[in-house]
Amino acid sequence: MSLINQKCSCCGGENPEKVQVDAILAKYEGKKGSLIPILQEVQSLYNYLPKDVLEYVASKTGVPISEIYGVVTFYSLFHLNPRGRNIIRVCQGTACHVRGGKLILQALEKELGIKAGHTTEDLRYTLETVACIGACGLAPVMQINDDTHGRLTPDKLPAILKRYQ
Amino acid sequence: MTMVNLTINGKQIQAEQGTTILEAARAAGIYIPTLCYHPELRPEGACRLCMVEASGARTLVASCVYPVSEGLVVKTNTDKVREARKTVVELLLANHPKDCLCCQKSGDCELQKIAADLGLRKIRFEGGETKAHTIDCSNPSLVRDQEKCILCGRCIRICRDVQGMSVYSFAGRGFNTIVSTAFEHDLKDAVCTYCGQCASVCPTGAIVEKDDTEQVWKAINDPDKVVIVQTAPSVRVALGEELGIPAGSIVTGKMVAALRSLGFDKVFDTNFSADLTIMEEGHEFIDRLQNGGVLPMITSCSPGWVNMIELKYPDLLPHLSTAKSPQQMFGAVAKTYYAEKAGIDPAKIVSVSVMPCTAKKAEAQREEMCDSGYRDVDVVITTRELGRMIREAGIDFAALPEEHFDSPLGTGTGAAVIFGNTGGVMEAALRTVADVVSGEDLPKIEYEEVRGMEETREATLNIAGKEIKIAVVNTLASAHKMLDRIKAGTADYQFIEVMACPGGCIGGGGQPVPVNREIRQKRREALFDCDRMSELRKSHENPEIKALYDNWLGKPLGEKAHHLLHTHYSAKVR
Repeated sequence: MSLINQKCSCCGGENPEKVQVDAILAKYEGKKGSLIPILQEVQSLYNYLPKDVLEYVASKTGVPISEIYGVVTFYSLFHLNPRGRNIIRVCQGTACHVRGGKLILQALEKELGIKAGHTTEDLRYTLETVACIGACGLAPVMQINDDTHGRLTPDKLPAILKRYQ
Repeated sequence: MTMVNLTINGKQIQAEQGTTILEAARAAGIYIPTLCYHPELRPEGACRLCMVEASGARTLVASCVYPVSEGLVVKTNTDKVREARKTVVELLLANHPKDCLCCQKSGDCELQKIAADLGLRKIRFEGGETKAHTIDCSNPSLVRDQEKCILCGRCIRICRDVQGMSVYSFAGRGFNTIVSTAFEHDLKDAVCTYCGQCASVCPTGAIVEKDDTEQVWKAINDPDKVVIVQTAPSVRVALGEELGIPAGSIVTGKMVAALRSLGFDKVFDTNFSADLTIMEEGHEFIDRLQNGGVLPMITSCSPGWVNMIELKYPDLLPHLSTAKSPQQMFGAVAKTYYAEKAGIDPAKIVSVSVMPCTAKKAEAQREEMCDSGYRDVDVVITTRELGRMIREAGIDFAALPEEHFDSPLGTGTGAAVIFGNTGGVMEAALRTVADVVSGEDLPKIEYEEVRGMEETREATLNIAGKEIKIAVVNTLASAHKMLDRIKAGTADYQFIEVMACPGGCIGGGGQPVPVNREIRQKRREALFDCDRMSELRKSHENPEIKALYDNWLGKPLGEKAHHLLHTHYSAKVR
């Protein structure tokens, strides 16, 4: 299914996201070095960067699709797959590591049924690891969206997860 | 031009301002090893192998990107430099397969040579982060093995800057970095023309031609098969390099002898069908010119180029000549005319072609290329593969006698042999078109106006009293520009020749490595020598071509010719 060519479900015209993508592209038209801001804004529309949308961006900007793929895979900020509504970042930094960060990660993987870097099928959670979030005093720690949860043990996790729909 | 004085290894050197230490050193005969550097590509400073000590620099500097300056003192062989160089290669090898003995690139591998030159005996590092990759052998032309990739980026640069295709890019980060197509697709799903320029600059075995030699051995050793071979014009001036003979040597006779001793039943010449191509394409051009056909007409012999226009400019396909390439014309004629004449069941013929080109492998496999009722060309091997077969058979190439091609598909004119050079197809066509239009045997043979090595050349010629504006293009980056001009309506030419590779087929993706401007220049001169030495230098004077039309084909663009020698193109979406 092509997200960019999909017709609008109410009026049969261009879908609203495409209109917005075109607006983003128009804003940066002719400006060198604007690939990253374009990708950031497009990603904020879809929550990730769908393949056919990237191909559309390539065709409109003239930046080869291979180069766009290179940029998207270089920066961890960009995502090629749909993202969950709630982003879980489990710290694997030094302090968290010595206080059992790995066990927290394993427990989360088991609880959610996915590996780090993946998203649950219902798009409720995306599980990621980070190297340090600067809350070493609370180790082991994880962040869900903007909330920080510290001094974790595996048995505390289900109750915390439940709070995020 | 401002010159600066510098010292390299105690030697006083003058170099032009703006050049790099590496260029200055090489010009002065001082060798600095390199891997990511390629003389025809923009330097990148990625591999760090060319590091040297430079006065005023706190650390070692990459000489391929470090500009010379007045009074600069450079040392290329201190302990510090050698140590650093060895470490760079050790680190590369820590993440590189060690099966050199069984690698297709063995003997031609730049990494292998550098490791040997540096005398590396032990790798101190284990490749703890080494990743397993699957080999991409999805297409008929090229094989990619990421495990052999050293991330030098030459393939990325040649594909982007010389060919304008940008099939590859670096993807990922750190240890996970790879050279990748968009979305890590196989080449068959990428916008790749199979021109093989990436393979010709790859320093290792990470991108190589698909090796089809086993198929050829099998056919040769099958007593039920009649195995015939055709050799492209530019192979005869490059094959020698595979076999220890200097670049630019004409080895036609020895090549024929070698092919016979390999066991081919008949050794024919693509020059024959290049002349045939000129007959058809030349008449097609005259027809378009006189009857209001689509102009400019563009040549269609170069399959990398045909792939490019099908992939990226499908709306311009009516500009392409419908004449098949010489390889495919040969295939169609061999399994019909020749089979009939020789009384051979075409089903038993295995038609092999030796080409300077990796895209020719894909061309032969195009679905529509079976107008003879069979696969017109069965197996395509490159110049490099033929070199390997000759070495495998233990043939002492230099000691071979000079032999002649077989008849009736073995005679070619001087017009045909220059097909291998950029501008050659145009020149060959002009020789015939001028004679046909004027109805005379004109004395003009050489068209200096269309010769040269520039990527785009143009000329206005007087052909039998009519002004004709032509253009000659080589490299796909220049072809993009030409097609953009046609689209914009600013290309007022009648006839354009396009070849995908730098310099034309002499610089093809299947030719011996290494290749550079000087080597291409030598091959080019050798082809012009072949032309000058030819008794017949116009395609329509080829007696075998005359016989083919008189006895069998009828006239150019006739019904039989149309069926066997012309083709169609279609938009390709990947």
